[in-house]
Amino acid sequence: MTSVTTTSQGQERHYLNAGYSIRSWLLTTDHKRIAILYLLTITFFFFVGGAMATLFRLELLTPAADLVSADTYNRLFSMHGVIMVWFFLVPAIPATLGNFLVPLMVGASDMAFPRLNLASWYIFLLGGLFTLTMMIVGGVDTGWTFYTPYSTAFSNSAVILAIVGVFIAGFSSIFTGINIIVTVHKLRAPGLTWFRLPLFIWANYATSVIMVLATPILAITLVLVAVERLLGIGIFDPALGGDPLLFQHLFWFYSHPAVYIMILPGMGVVSEMIAAFARRPVFGYKFVALSSVAIAVVGFLVWGHHMFVSGQSIYAGMVFSFLSFLVAIPSAIKVFNWTASLHGGSIALDTPMLYALGFIGLFTMGGLTGLYLASLAVDVHVHDTYFIVAHFHYIMVGGMVMAYIGGLHYWWPKFTGRLYPEWWGRISAILIFFGFNLTFFPQFILGYQGMPRRYHVYAPEFQVLNVMSTAGASILAVGYIFPIFYLLWSLRRGERAGPNPWRATGLEWQTASPPPPHNFERQPVVSGQPYDYDAVATEESLRDE
Amino acid sequence: MNDTDSFFSYLLVFLALLALLAATVVVARVDVGRLNLALGLGIAFTKALLIVLFFMHLRHARRLTWVAAAAGLFWLAILFLLTLSDVLTRVWTPAVGG
Amino acid sequence: MNERPAALGHPYDDLEQQRDAATMGMWLFLATEVLFFGALFVGYTVYRIAYPQGFSEASRHLDATLGAVNTGLLLTSSFFMALAVWAAGRRRRRLVLLFLLLTMFLGLGFLGIKGFEWYQEFRQNLVPLPGLTFEAGGDFPQQSELFFNFYFIMTGLHAVHLLIGVLLVGFFAVLVWRRTRIGEAFIMQLELLGLYWHFVDVVWIFLFPLLYLLGGT
Repeated sequence: MTSVTTTSQGQERHYLNAGYSIRSWLLTTDHKRIAILYLLTITFFFFVGGAMATLFRLELLTPAADLVSADTYNRLFSMHGVIMVWFFLVPAIPATLGNFLVPLMVGASDMAFPRLNLASWYIFLLGGLFTLTMMIVGGVDTGWTFYTPYSTAFSNSAVILAIVGVFIAGFSSIFTGINIIVTVHKLRAPGLTWFRLPLFIWANYATSVIMVLATPILAITLVLVAVERLLGIGIFDPALGGDPLLFQHLFWFYSHPAVYIMILPGMGVVSEMIAAFARRPVFGYKFVALSSVAIAVVGFLVWGHHMFVSGQSIYAGMVFSFLSFLVAIPSAIKVFNWTASLHGGSIALDTPMLYALGFIGLFTMGGLTGLYLASLAVDVHVHDTYFIVAHFHYIMVGGMVMAYIGGLHYWWPKFTGRLYPEWWGRISAILIFFGFNLTFFPQFILGYQGMPRRYHVYAPEFQVLNVMSTAGASILAVGYIFPIFYLLWSLRRGERAGPNPWRATGLEWQTASPPPPHNFERQPVVSGQPYDYDAVATEESLRDE
Repeated sequence: MNDTDSFFSYLLVFLALLALLAATVVVARVDVGRLNLALGLGIAFTKALLIVLFFMHLRHARRLTWVAAAAGLFWLAILFLLTLSDVLTRVWTPAVGG
Repeated sequence: MNERPAALGHPYDDLEQQRDAATMGMWLFLATEVLFFGALFVGYTVYRIAYPQGFSEASRHLDATLGAVNTGLLLTSSFFMALAVWAAGRRRRRLVLLFLLLTMFLGLGFLGIKGFEWYQEFRQNLVPLPGLTFEAGGDFPQQSELFFNFYFIMTGLHAVHLLIGVLLVGFFAVLVWRRTRIGEAFIMQLELLGLYWHFVDVVWIFLFPLLYLLGGT
């Protein structure tokens, strides 16, 4: 290190000790601090959404209704969905890991629009406050999908507050998306060409394209729902001449691509971790990179598979079914390339790698069951059953949440300058993997046997599998709570990490941990391919001699 | 950086826009069946194109700006096309007769 | 390192990079706006396909002349907005101020006429709100009501966008009036404002034929 700025105590100056006042956090335009603000906010919402899940999983322990009423049950699963989708999964990686890492990985000193970045967090917070108010006044019972005409003409819950919350939060995701896209285009370090970018950048770039182009449709659709509910004028309500399927088209035009908002960044995280812990370049780098873009584009062509049984035209159904199968191609490219990257690597099973391997397995299951659902005839059988619930939780929780927590461990040293305790990390990774499978695998069977989703009572023959599921959920909960404790513990007691504890490639590892306020002491220059772990090995052996 | 056009070219574009506005109004008063909609929208697209190319300087912009401008339209086209693939082939039973 | 120009902000290396980034950000924002309004156009199209007669009946209630005048006002305002940017590039402070004021007043004129139209529609019982009677007459009153729902939402959202534009143009006019010279940063911001203004104009260019001109003769 050449000229390192130091604080008065003689420590290296970094983004965390650059200021301690509350003001220095709340008015910061440093992307790293904004990432931390987002991290705290979404962690809070994750546990709020998790608490709802805990309650209705307990209710489902027995076939009868014994813990909550039917109405409360409806509100619990609806709020679980709203909170987890818009206040955890969508911002999970782009706004936290992405916010922190995108400028570091492209060798920039900040995001392209630092003030817009801070504004996006405040907007997110405002949306979150509306959502919390909605919960306090009794919650919403429409499901996270706000289907009309139930949401506009019949529901007696706080639909408007819920809609306003999601509407506002949508703008924060648009702003994050614009920031990431422009940063990647305009602020790359000298020599960092597109095909030298880390795959995490490709994934977040593709995600941002979806966030920017899909979210406005959600916004206007929610405006229309609010107008119909408040003013009683016909837009979607068939009694007033409206078309409820129009709502579903508009809603799923956003919400299906939103599924890719919730999985693509996870794929980016996994690509980084696989390369670092197999000590090998990612196999078929260009295919993995371009498949992210392909998923982002093709993901917009498939939304009608949510509407196979809704009265949509059968011809449109056939088109959507065919297009849905196409998404499997780029997804499979990724899975094959990850496994090929492992081949012949020297694999270290550190915590992040455990999450990455878990991700590959669970995402594959979630993706393959997606193909069942994309087939028109099979979908008629399993639509609105627990099969669907299991399918998307394998993607959202088995995929995204695994990748997110894995990524949090992988970059924790960069965030905080400290290492997390490795054994605790492995234990909770394994708990989460087993807990997850025990929770959701039985739901595939339940769904296939015909147990419908969104009911708070069920036939007695489904009880065994439901008990397994609830038992799994309690293991899962423990697995999620552990990291809170040991990560906080590591802030003071963790071993000092140094700039590059994983001996990984990538610009983010070439600066101090935690990074200085403007990321790099000198503008980095890139001269080679990404994931050049052979070069790292050569360099290390030379140094040892 | 001042890669804007001359005053004169702005004036020409403006006059063309006014002429197109007049054309829309005239065309709408002549009944040519389904062509009315096509003509009305065609003229609207021409007007929009003039504004985007000249007033919004897309003519001189980088390729990246073109992509950003086209992306919105392309994705809107997807929304139109696939929604209409359902609407046009669905058996439509309007709940409202009158 | 050379001295950083005053207009150059963090995290950029030079003015051109900063300008490119800002322009791209603005175009991406406009792409979101295209989709925001676009969904309304999709809804309009779906119902127009379903209810052609009702839509054409309802459209005849609108005053196409006022619509055409308003289109003319917006086109002219766009012309002046383009000239304001043009003049700013040449550092002609007084001209910039003049063109911005003209743009603003034309925008206000549009909003005034639009408001007058809404008032007329209110007097003719064409506003489909609770507590008001809706009497479109004709053979397809409920289909007409759907048309008016879309008419009010679309023109309403457009007017909100235009109002924001008018306020911003007014704010920029005050800036020009109070400053003695026009800086690089100001020119860039004015260009971005221009993009927004023209975009709002383009939305109206499509609203006009679709809402006002489908009644035929």
